[in-house]
Amino acid sequence: MKRLISIELQKLWQSRASRVLIIIYFSLLFFMALLGAINIDFGNIKLGVKDLGILNFPIIWHITAYLASWFKLFLAIVIISMIANEYSYGTLKQNLIDGLTKKEFIASKGFTVLLLSGTSTLFVFVITLVLGYSFSSFTETSIVFSRMEYLPAYFLKLAGFYSICLFAGILVKRSAFALGAIFVWWIIEKLMTLALWFIFHSGDKIDAFSRFFPLESMSNLIDEPFTKIGIVRSAGQAMGVPKFADPGVSFLSMFIVLCWIVIFVLSSYRLLQKRDL
Amino acid sequence: METILSIKNLHKKYKYVHAVNNVSFDIQKGNVYGILGPNGSGKSTTLGIVLNVVNKTSGDFEWFSGKLTTSEALKKVGAIIERPNFYPYMTAVQNLQLVCKIKGIGFEKVDEKLALVGLLERKDSHFRTFSLGMKQRLAIASALLNDPEILILDEPTNGLDPQGIHQIRDIIKVIAAKGTTILLASHLLDEVEKVCSHVVVLQKGIILYSGRVDAMSSGEGFLEIDSADRKALKSALSDHPGIGNITEEDGKITAVLTQAVGASDINRYLFEKGITVSHLVKRKTSLEEQFLNLTEKSKK
Repeated sequence: MKRLISIELQKLWQSRASRVLIIIYFSLLFFMALLGAINIDFGNIKLGVKDLGILNFPIIWHITAYLASWFKLFLAIVIISMIANEYSYGTLKQNLIDGLTKKEFIASKGFTVLLLSGTSTLFVFVITLVLGYSFSSFTETSIVFSRMEYLPAYFLKLAGFYSICLFAGILVKRSAFALGAIFVWWIIEKLMTLALWFIFHSGDKIDAFSRFFPLESMSNLIDEPFTKIGIVRSAGQAMGVPKFADPGVSFLSMFIVLCWIVIFVLSSYRLLQKRDL
Repeated sequence: METILSIKNLHKKYKYVHAVNNVSFDIQKGNVYGILGPNGSGKSTTLGIVLNVVNKTSGDFEWFSGKLTTSEALKKVGAIIERPNFYPYMTAVQNLQLVCKIKGIGFEKVDEKLALVGLLERKDSHFRTFSLGMKQRLAIASALLNDPEILILDEPTNGLDPQGIHQIRDIIKVIAAKGTTILLASHLLDEVEKVCSHVVVLQKGIILYSGRVDAMSSGEGFLEIDSADRKALKSALSDHPGIGNITEEDGKITAVLTQAVGASDINRYLFEKGITVSHLVKRKTSLEEQFLNLTEKSKK
């Protein structure tokens, strides 16, 4: 396993394009930490981000995980091109000839997906702690480390999305087309959801089906956090919206995404095994 | 003798083509083998199957008498296929180090092999800056990193300029002289003739011949001969008991020998008949002619 990761990291890190994208990605995550320092000045009214209450534990876990997951596209490009390049350089073939098995090839890519997702999660963990301890109104340990299910959810969300990228890269063999294929799949999921609407005319029943779609299941992992923010809640109540739901992370959603990860990695392997290179 | 690779009744069917049709042969340690055949005859497909990149339809192959799995065996094999495949953004050294990691060996031999193919000065240049000849030499260095039991070369001189071809051939000769087993696929007959001791001739996926190069034709060779008086020469030659078919082509007379007759015997014979020759060469049938003979026969 060490050997496979070392092989893969060399391939990634010595490519300038991937290196730059990875650095940009982690810098962006890092700059998220400066979020708390934003202060808006309207003459007499001073409004700081921290005054919104979004930097308080434990809601901050949700906020940072949600915001950080928007940057996942950077690594998605890295992962897709790391696979598509193996085809276009002919190095996949050469790797196999040099004695790598097809299983090891997929495993090395899979480990990289896990490694990148894991590092991102660790990054988000550290940033959230720093941000929270600096700006949160509550810093009691029991509160700080509560509601942390958003971290594993974030990890699964990334790993799931990157497994789709892995599969798309192997299937399509070209970076741009693979990204396009994921976009097309996203549209197909939306169309299927629309079709479900015409069948059921009920949001709940649609959700019961659409939560099993791969991309939908991943986006369900971390719901938008804004309706949890105090200000939004009180505004909502003032406008007559009953209390917003706070469902947290559902274990079913996590399980569904886990299944998709296994399915996409295994299908990538099957596909590679069946192909003549 | 140790068998390195044994192929039995191998088939590969694509949608419209039967690319490899019942191919069987063995590779023994220490010999230099050529796989000969026109483009599209199934050479690369056969190699692709034993190298784990193409799936066979049926049949079997075995590395090192089945003692190792294919990918384990490939770590002891050096192979280059068609064109050199490396990461363009890595330097020569970095590319070779990656291959070392895949093969599970240390980096000690990287410089030695770069020196062998004459790329040591360019070791820190990016692969994308290399000429095709240099890329192909890097591929050979990469294939030699593990001091392989067998070196497999698929069309190693394809697309190179004469200088590049010459360099590659010199390297192959050096490697062959060290006793490394080599399997060379090529459509260039003189290439195979120059370096190989054994040959497998393929056409449309079928083996036409498999065995030693010098046993491919049992003929006695032929004479290329010319004289001022061609008429007299021809009639004199046709009276000789050791000469068969006589043809005149491109201003030269070619006489096929049916017995072991030396050039000097012929010269003396003709001189006694009062004919002086202006040109006389005895030649063995070239691999090219044998190859054409074989492929012609199979068409009929």
